[in-house]
Amino acid sequence: MIQLLLRRLALGFITVWLVSVIIFLGVEALPGDACTAVLERDAHGEALAKCRADMGLDAPALTRYVDWAGGAIMGDFGVSANGQERISEIVGYRVRNSLLLAAGALSVGIPLSIFLGAMAGLWRDTWVDILFSTGAIFAMTIPEFVAATILILIFAIWLGWVPAIVLTPADAPPLEFFPEFVLAAVVLTMIMIAHIMRMVRSSVIEVMASDYVQMATLKGVPYWQIVFRHALPNALLPAINVIALTVAWLLGGVVVVEVVFNYPGLGRLLIDAISDRDLPVVQAITMIVAATYVGVNLVADILGLILNPRLRSHHMRRG
Amino acid sequence: MSAATTTPRRSRALNTLRDMVARPSGAIGLTLVTLHLVMALISPWIAPFDYKEMNSAVILGGPTAEHLLGTDHLGRDVFTRVLLGGREALVVTGIATPIAMLWGGMLGVLLGLRGGWIDEAMMRLVDAFLALPGILPLLVLITVFGSGNEVLTPTLAFFFGIPVIRVARAAAHEVVARDFISAARARGHSPLSIVRHEILPNVTDTLLVEGAMRWSWMLLGFSALSFLGFGVAPPMADWGLMVSDARVYMSLAPWGVLGPMIALSSLIIGINLSADALAKTLGLDQGRKAVV
Repeated sequence: MIQLLLRRLALGFITVWLVSVIIFLGVEALPGDACTAVLERDAHGEALAKCRADMGLDAPALTRYVDWAGGAIMGDFGVSANGQERISEIVGYRVRNSLLLAAGALSVGIPLSIFLGAMAGLWRDTWVDILFSTGAIFAMTIPEFVAATILILIFAIWLGWVPAIVLTPADAPPLEFFPEFVLAAVVLTMIMIAHIMRMVRSSVIEVMASDYVQMATLKGVPYWQIVFRHALPNALLPAINVIALTVAWLLGGVVVVEVVFNYPGLGRLLIDAISDRDLPVVQAITMIVAATYVGVNLVADILGLILNPRLRSHHMRRG
Repeated sequence: MSAATTTPRRSRALNTLRDMVARPSGAIGLTLVTLHLVMALISPWIAPFDYKEMNSAVILGGPTAEHLLGTDHLGRDVFTRVLLGGREALVVTGIATPIAMLWGGMLGVLLGLRGGWIDEAMMRLVDAFLALPGILPLLVLITVFGSGNEVLTPTLAFFFGIPVIRVARAAAHEVVARDFISAARARGHSPLSIVRHEILPNVTDTLLVEGAMRWSWMLLGFSALSFLGFGVAPPMADWGLMVSDARVYMSLAPWGVLGPMIALSSLIIGINLSADALAKTLGLDQGRKAVV
């Protein structure tokens, strides 16, 4: 058990380290660097040399990697290419805002998706199941910006219930984002519910067909007791990993949704940084997202290991 | 000899197609996809207007007999642009998807067959790449190389091939342990011959379904990039770009976003339904997990 946990942990660290190497080498191998990107046509002679000296780009690659990675571990990503701002300061509020949005979506989405998924699974092939499953397929397949635009069209423009976009500055206190961020949270919740619901549905169906549920039924255990005591706890185990993937996606991959709603989170900062060709900021955001992704999946694996005694005994299957 | 080996293959493909159409999801999905492909081919000849022709007299005009879906903020015909708006996406993803499946699939199968430290090391590298979710890695590359189809096609082919490695490797793993592989090894077949004659025929079904799904995800990625302004460049018509332009005027002219949104969504839903029907027809829908 301990050995398995340590192995997972080590693999997680290796992955994060590899990501840092890929990101660093990637930027390194590209033509030009942060200075040529910012200075553009002025990137020659003295200006270029001064910029490189200022940003420490004249040091050998290995030294710079150690500096950068060492700083990143301590939460210090250096300064941005253009504004001479500390990246950790710009990123701090954005991470908080993205977390806020994710927390909003997760607190509603996880219970709701489990509820809907269980219903669809228990009433398999009835109109309830068909309705939910079709809805889930739509939510999963249509592009995020399409879902977001439809919601804006209906709830902000035609009904006028909520503002279409967020105008609150990034460093405002959390409560000021309400009710502006509601639509953005709803879009994320919808997509999230679709993914988790499908997983819960299929695992509920699988568990309800299992021998021990049949045994309980034959013993005369009341239906709802079977569902809540025997079926659901087992059915939710496989859902943990999907929830983890969704959480990781919420924290990192919500670029499009944040842009549509003008929400000042990490994703929109990334788009702004890309437009400004601000490589240090892009590097920092990528690193944060990757580390979060690995971290969340690691937590899910460990949770699954703790909650499922069957996985402890033998070698865990890699997902 | 070659005729004898190709005939049953062809009829198998035909049978699969027939089985797919027999399912409601397959019938709807294939109809949508076919419709889109035909549209993409013939749209330049049937489009009523020039896609970049501006008309200041009808800026943000509503739907009329002349302009079926109204006009956009530059007075361009929205219907024409919706007809043409999928071509770039279909060309880029149509080239990039097979490349992604080929390199990812081949590498995955080889790793699954070989195993050992190379396999272990490569999978760690795959994990690292997959830790960058969604369109994030694409965005990072675009930062430096700029956008444009000549950058987007190889970029998409590269990044969408990485998860395929894992799928192909897992599929190959299931086959590698079987007796007929040991038999081929005992007969002294080379690894390449084993891959070609023993493993590939057993993993192509999985890769086909995976490829259909990857195609729809790639379209999602491509349209998202266009929407964010890093994909197709104006004045070219593209659904993602059109939604991005038209949503500014959404309260005045909602038809500007509806047309491209319906076109894009119907294509992606069509591919997904087809992939679903294909998986069921090939008996692969068991254990397919939701992927974020």
